[in-house]
Amino acid sequence: MAVDGSSAEFRRHGRAVVVGASLAGLRAAETLRERGFAGSLTVIGDEPYEPYDRPPLSKQVLLGRVPADGTALPRRRALDAHWRLGVAATGLDLAGKRVRLADGEEVGFDRLLIATGTRARPWIREEEAGLDGVFVLRTVDDAARLARRLDAGPRRVLVVGAGFTGSEVASACRERGLEVTVAERGPAPLVGALGGVVGEVAAELHRRHGVDLRCCITVTALGGDAAGRLRRAHLSDGTALDVDVAVIALGALRNTEWLAGSGLAAGPRGIACDAGCRAFDIHGIVTDDIFVAGDVARSPHPLFGYQFLSLEHWGNAVAQAEVAAHNMTSAGPDRRPHLWVPTFWSAQFGVNIKSVGVPTMGTELAVTQGSLTERRFVAAYGCQGRVIAAVAFDQARWLDFYQRLIESAAPFPPDFPTVDRRPGGLRTVPADFPDPALPSHGPTVTLSGYSPSEQRITFTPARA
Amino acid sequence: MTSGTLLQQILDHANRPDPYPLYAALRETPVSRQDGVYVVSTYWEILGLLHDPRLSSDTRNRTPGAGGPLTADEEEDPNLPVSFLRLDPPEHDRLRRLTTRAFGPPVCPRRVHDMRGELSRMVAGLIDGFEGRDEVDIVEDLAYPFPVMVICKLLGVPHQDEPRFHAWSEAIVSGLDPSGGPGTSEDSGRPAGPATSDGPATSRGPVTVDGPAASDGPAERRRGAQQARRELGMYLAELIEEHRRTPGDDVLSALVTDRGPEGRLSPVDLVVTAVLLLIAGHETTVNLIANGTLTLLRNPGTLRRLRDDPRLAIPLVEELLRFEPPVQLLPQRTALADLDVAGTTIPKGAPVWLMLASGNRDPRRFTDPDRFDPDRRDNRHLGFGSGVHYCFGAPLARLEAQLALAGIARRLTGPRLVTDPPPYRRNPVLRGPRHLRVAFDGLAP
Repeated sequence: MAVDGSSAEFRRHGRAVVVGASLAGLRAAETLRERGFAGSLTVIGDEPYEPYDRPPLSKQVLLGRVPADGTALPRRRALDAHWRLGVAATGLDLAGKRVRLADGEEVGFDRLLIATGTRARPWIREEEAGLDGVFVLRTVDDAARLARRLDAGPRRVLVVGAGFTGSEVASACRERGLEVTVAERGPAPLVGALGGVVGEVAAELHRRHGVDLRCCITVTALGGDAAGRLRRAHLSDGTALDVDVAVIALGALRNTEWLAGSGLAAGPRGIACDAGCRAFDIHGIVTDDIFVAGDVARSPHPLFGYQFLSLEHWGNAVAQAEVAAHNMTSAGPDRRPHLWVPTFWSAQFGVNIKSVGVPTMGTELAVTQGSLTERRFVAAYGCQGRVIAAVAFDQARWLDFYQRLIESAAPFPPDFPTVDRRPGGLRTVPADFPDPALPSHGPTVTLSGYSPSEQRITFTPARA
Repeated sequence: MTSGTLLQQILDHANRPDPYPLYAALRETPVSRQDGVYVVSTYWEILGLLHDPRLSSDTRNRTPGAGGPLTADEEEDPNLPVSFLRLDPPEHDRLRRLTTRAFGPPVCPRRVHDMRGELSRMVAGLIDGFEGRDEVDIVEDLAYPFPVMVICKLLGVPHQDEPRFHAWSEAIVSGLDPSGGPGTSEDSGRPAGPATSDGPATSRGPVTVDGPAASDGPAERRRGAQQARRELGMYLAELIEEHRRTPGDDVLSALVTDRGPEGRLSPVDLVVTAVLLLIAGHETTVNLIANGTLTLLRNPGTLRRLRDDPRLAIPLVEELLRFEPPVQLLPQRTALADLDVAGTTIPKGAPVWLMLASGNRDPRRFTDPDRFDPDRRDNRHLGFGSGVHYCFGAPLARLEAQLALAGIARRLTGPRLVTDPPPYRRNPVLRGPRHLRVAFDGLAP
């Protein structure tokens, strides 16, 4: 039965559909039930697996400490859901309120949550991507395949792209004692997410751990033998490498193609939604029964100039899913905004890297605690005289404090003494982010859109 | 004594059985200045300060004379370095990191886990000792000896030397007591034995430092603590040397033979750290177990549930850490800058006390905070602190308390309190019963 308008009615016997059997999808489904949603609940996922956790895939799984199928997400409660796994959603009929599935079936809904996430950006040439030995790392199947190949002891692994995934893969390979070359288009690892100053620290980490790190370089071609096995990689400096394994870590693409023509504001940069997780249609009008959460969502954040943020962060997936589910089961005034302050973490080369805020908005940086040369520090990022972000290398326990500085728009550079302040530590330097117009793997946070006070609308076409 | 500032009342031994109404009164003003000390009593403010790099754990940053009589000067020997508990980064981080290599992840991820079987046997053995009795002192017969056995085992201290720690530890802990004035006669000393100081001492072999005498004031207690620290340090230095020659599967051996990339602890740092681990490793857990037993006996429904389902011990111990935390407050922080907290400016150099036990009962954070509820969700208590000084031994303390309380619940039939409230130890920081007499009808196998 179709239920319109009344949230109470929806809670009692509505039809909720979640597309994306992911971290966001699962947590949203659980929150729906926790909020007393008693209607029918369908969870659709293109992978054949129940929701699993991805952060271990590039860490413990690659090290062989956890089997690839051992990362199923813990359940917070019984769901009583109808699972449609191994079947992708292929279309959305907004007017008819139906999701089309790859097997031809259709699932009707009263309220829909889209959490289709992202997928790994594949290697640029399909025939080279198909060589035996060329991998991406996004899914549990990817991780299982790559871990098996690493078990076989390849002579050299090439990691293409030194963002977080690429760096973590390189770290795992070194921990296994494998030879690794990392090719990065930018001047240092992690520059897209954390800028050049911190990128230099990351570069030093790679080198100290025996990674053959090559920056300002691109892989121009991958070559195979007659049997279709990867053998060589050609680099933009004219050199070539003998490699058995190449891991393509060039960032992610948002899974929005299935929404083409649906009338939702969905594109390569995600699905635009309001701070309450309600999707916009192509006219910029907010829908009332389509919600978005996780990597695929793009929503305005008041703390960051109402810019639309796309966050590929674990914590964002959880927080946004909870807000979306809350709002799916609430009437207008009870709805909540998604005001999560972005945080993410990475573990690589024995170092815990954690960030809070939006570093990519930072133009300047000051090391407030510790020291870059010891690779243990907290650095604050400044934007127009306020603290906008902070990153910690092995100092994560201080970040709650910096989060409050960000939330209260505290002045930058910070003007107070702290523990572990080093001489000259507060000298402000440019954060040194690369020009965002240059092609590179994207940072984990992308910004777009404008504050409500601005009238301009810009449509940015997809960048391959 | 019921007069004086709220802080004085909290420190007053007469209020030790139930300081919680005083904490509630304290929370009326989240940050208050009392006796020269800035007292922070509400959850969010405490949590914020625990993560605030403008707050130092190194009392050398304190303005001389600030804090008046309540803030004892450094009671440790000025010739000895201080433990990482009282240091800031980077030195704190370096010492703690080196110590962690022998205790937990990533180098020793299974250290605590692998002790589970042995810990269970220790609990079983101690409770077996209740056989034929109809009343025990849970403190003396279980809550105290168990963590001592554990920490000695963990550090590689020979079992027969345990009684000597008893006395040293007692003297050192009493030096941590910031309360002024002499204690009352029932405050003195260790859980074991009668209140007269010669009783337990003689029964425990070669004790070189007596427990603090009943009439001791803070100065005497500090002197006693310093002497105990020196003696314990000398003992440990010898022990460490033995472990260097013949390493065993224990933390001291691991520390003294460590070949990590940052080198290893210097001999003097190793001694200071070993003292810290020994003292902190059991003086807190004894209270957790005793407070836990007391709470269970006051909540018979929960006790029955725990008997039927030992898995309840996990959330139960978390709730216990909120409801009756063994470390009630942190009296050693100092502001490095003028700090604006909840509308009050704490001036640079001022002593700051973080009232963890009060934050744990803050109704702005926990619904129905004075109710003991092992099913409580989102229970992010301050029982182990937070931030860089978060309790080093938390995984071990959790396991010890879970096993001890589950053991008591399962094996004692018809347990009941003989005195409620029980007599309390003097110390307002490490708060817990001095004796906890429990009568019971029998012992399940």
